[in-house]
Amino acid sequence: MADVALRKVVKRYDDIEAVRGIDLDIADHEFIVLVGPSGCGKSTTLRMIAGLEDISDGDIMIGGDVVNDVPPKDRDIAMVFQNYALYPHMTVAENMSFGLRLKHYPKAEIKARVTEAARLLDITDLIDRKPKQLSGGQRQRVAMGRAIVRNPKVFLFDEPLSNLDAKLRVQMRIEIKKVHQKVRTTTVYVTHDQVEAMTLADRVVVMNKGRIEQIGTPNELYHKPATRFVAGFIGSPAMNFIPCRLEDVGGALQIRLTDRIAFALPPARATRYNALPRTDKLLLGIRPEHLTESHAHLGPGVESFETVLDVTEPMGMETLVYFGLDGTPICGRVDPNAGAKDGAPMRLAMDLNNMHLLNEATGAVL
Amino acid sequence: MSTLAIDKGGPSRKVKYGSMSRDRTWALRWSYFFLVLFAIFFLTPPIYMLITSLKSSAEISAATNPWWVFHPTLSNYVELLTSNQFLRFFWNSSIVSIVVVIITMLISIPAAFALARMKFWGSATLATGVFLTYLIPDSLLFIPLFKTLGVVQDLTGITLLNRWYVLLFIYPTLTVPFCTWIMIGYFASIPKELDEAALIDGASWLQTLTRIFIPVALPGLIAATIFAFTVSWAQFLYPLVFTTSVDQLVLPVGITTTLIKGDVFNWGQIMTGALLGAAPPLIIYAFLMDYYIAGLTAGATKG
Repeated sequence: MADVALRKVVKRYDDIEAVRGIDLDIADHEFIVLVGPSGCGKSTTLRMIAGLEDISDGDIMIGGDVVNDVPPKDRDIAMVFQNYALYPHMTVAENMSFGLRLKHYPKAEIKARVTEAARLLDITDLIDRKPKQLSGGQRQRVAMGRAIVRNPKVFLFDEPLSNLDAKLRVQMRIEIKKVHQKVRTTTVYVTHDQVEAMTLADRVVVMNKGRIEQIGTPNELYHKPATRFVAGFIGSPAMNFIPCRLEDVGGALQIRLTDRIAFALPPARATRYNALPRTDKLLLGIRPEHLTESHAHLGPGVESFETVLDVTEPMGMETLVYFGLDGTPICGRVDPNAGAKDGAPMRLAMDLNNMHLLNEATGAVL
Repeated sequence: MSTLAIDKGGPSRKVKYGSMSRDRTWALRWSYFFLVLFAIFFLTPPIYMLITSLKSSAEISAATNPWWVFHPTLSNYVELLTSNQFLRFFWNSSIVSIVVVIITMLISIPAAFALARMKFWGSATLATGVFLTYLIPDSLLFIPLFKTLGVVQDLTGITLLNRWYVLLFIYPTLTVPFCTWIMIGYFASIPKELDEAALIDGASWLQTLTRIFIPVALPGLIAATIFAFTVSWAQFLYPLVFTTSVDQLVLPVGITTTLIKGDVFNWGQIMTGALLGAAPPLIIYAFLMDYYIAGLTAGATKG
């Protein structure tokens, strides 16, 4: 078990900078998820921690030691790959014990560790099978078992669930969380799936274009995104961004969305945004869950408006409604019994207590 | 519009399935037709050899039906298998082929591993270069090779020319490039994550090669082994050029030089020798095919 630290880590491929100076501190026992769109440098970062890629610049420390030039086998890490990477000619037990056998562990200890890991992952019955006799989920368990038996300082997961079908993915996600709760090994987990990131992580690192956009707990990222990228990436369906500007009307601050629609800001928000220049081009960030059907008794800071729906998507527990405000496509989530219909007018309520205001030019959340 | 789609969908789907199975039946018929054709084409010479080998010289020279044995005899077999000369050819061929296979594998496997996995400066060019050497025909190479070995013999004082063991240096020029090329292909098809996993598990390059790559690429290895053995066993030009004394000859050259005297062809023994000579590759094929388990990498990774 150990902490991991990245200091101004850079990865260059010829002229392209895949990772542009990353600083990251991962505490002992922590479960960190690197998340971002493809090509954001998250996998490269993981592979640099593993030692599978050289570092162009900066330092990587595991347990306080700089490991820049330490080969992977001496870093005391274990990695689970997206495509499992099981040795096809070995049985499950041989796959799991390969690393231990290379290090000449006593036979009894190898057996004990493999048995224990197999029990933990519920693959005891499969121990003598070859990988090709296993299903995708079972293979991924074996790959995790191979990591666990080594009892390494750090677990590295490279999109381990991407090859599984949706149902199995949810199941394995829970398994991974359970395993981490039991073994408490420091874990770095890479995924492009923000749901996986939110559900698994102690802290999520959102990456974009080789840089870290924001580091925070899942709740922090959801409620206090730092940038437009994070605000749009975390949460599904994604946050709506509506062009707007601030206006002073009779001493009160209000936000104007269209010529027709303007809302008075709740007092807390008004104080917060009062210093902003009124000429700035701004974006109102509002999540679909804060755009619901209107009803008679709206709370403070909740404003209603009339619109015509383009499309509705009944999801069962909720219905997603899509409409446009001056050409900006917007998504809301309404009660399935609220009577939302394709092409029909509907009165919606916007909860401004949960709004975000962004600078359109810089993308910063204000 | 939806009704139209259903109307079209129903019957046309039925017809499609019908035509698909009909296509399949015809494909099967045609493939069997050609398989039988090729089998006849390729099996005729060995059968002719077998028939001739069972005839006495008198029956061969008498103009009887060439496809039938009237007085079968094993005299050709007895004569060849009791002749020291033939056994000597057989022994030379065996030892040369086996050692060449070993030398080839010892060079090709590490070379292919390095070229497939260790990206070093010029590795891609080198890999292509290896293959290009294979494209130069041996009929162009034997004169410079002969001269080179002559120079080496003069410089070192070690007799190389007209010795069976010179073939151990010559044959690998044919087998190594091709086997390396085959092995590069097989090694390259092994997912990169497999050696990365081994690397993280603590394996050195050599351990990755011996404990992961060789077992996983075993079908490729066997294909390369069969190739190297067959090439060595059947090689004619090089032994004809580099060895001349009767006790140094290998089987193909031995049979043709000793059983053809002037314009007298000892057909019975030539056919017998050729049949006996064809046996070892056949046995090796049959034996190794059992180990040739296709799809050994299945299950290593997804898809």
